[in-house]
Amino acid sequence: MVWQSGTAFWSMGGYGLYVWGSFGVTVLGVALEVWLLRRGQRSLINRLQRMQRWEAQ
Amino acid sequence: MNLYHYAAPATFYHLAGRWIPWFAWGAALLAGIGLYISFFVAPTDFQQGEAYRIIFIHVPTAWMSMFIYLVMAFWCAIGLAFNTRLSFLMARALAPTGALFCFLALWTGALWGKPMWGAWWVWDARLTSQLILLFLYVGIMALWAAIDDPKRGDRAGALLILVGAVNVPIIYFSVTWWNTLHQGSSINLTKAPSMATIMLVGMLVMAVAAWLYTIAVAFVRVRGLILERERHTDWAQAALKEA
Repeated sequence: MVWQSGTAFWSMGGYGLYVWGSFGVTVLGVALEVWLLRRGQRSLINRLQRMQRWEAQ
Repeated sequence: MNLYHYAAPATFYHLAGRWIPWFAWGAALLAGIGLYISFFVAPTDFQQGEAYRIIFIHVPTAWMSMFIYLVMAFWCAIGLAFNTRLSFLMARALAPTGALFCFLALWTGALWGKPMWGAWWVWDARLTSQLILLFLYVGIMALWAAIDDPKRGDRAGALLILVGAVNVPIIYFSVTWWNTLHQGSSINLTKAPSMATIMLVGMLVMAVAAWLYTIAVAFVRVRGLILERERHTDWAQAALKEA
């Protein structure tokens, strides 16, 4: 598949909104899940470590 | 190989930790190859123009949404039958990713339906049953969140997952059982795929990438759940000090 120009690539033969809307939201969704997961795991470990210290006292 | 050995939370916690980078990098690599095929190798479709390229994420996400649900149902059945601790945690770890893929299948379907059918949404059997799958995912996670006792939550969630599993074959066969606007499956086990080879390859590469991604994030999540449940054991205390 050879695209004639950058514009042709982004316009996707007039279906740009639909194609990029699909791929864009998928990338966004995956990025959001990874971000939430990292944040959630960090706070979980912090919470468990706090409980560990507290229970050791 | 002794499977019971790997089913022990302590062993699995460390094993999963070592595997996560492999699955994550494998997913990234295959997603890169899949995207390259989607946009630079696969030719324009003679009927649908460039709009058909949505297939490269629509079909893998839809497959994943159903397959993850079946894997959750499998683990719940194992958990209920053998009372294995890890099984329910696997179901809990998979649900958010299944819900994400289910939403993405519906979203990309709407964006594909609009230019091809002229409608974002129609209440046909395929679309409706897929929407019910999303409600099942959300309902299961809400049920877990609502029950404070983890063991009771495990069992209640497992029951709902197993009952809801009846919806998956309904989604899969909806296009043959009913007259739907949604097209029939392009790929099935009994006959040759009705699509160009390179399109099929692109879709399969994306599907494997989605699988590896799912395993990676589910392992991260299940490790957190294991630590939380096992935090009073010696090994978990030691693992927490290192974390």
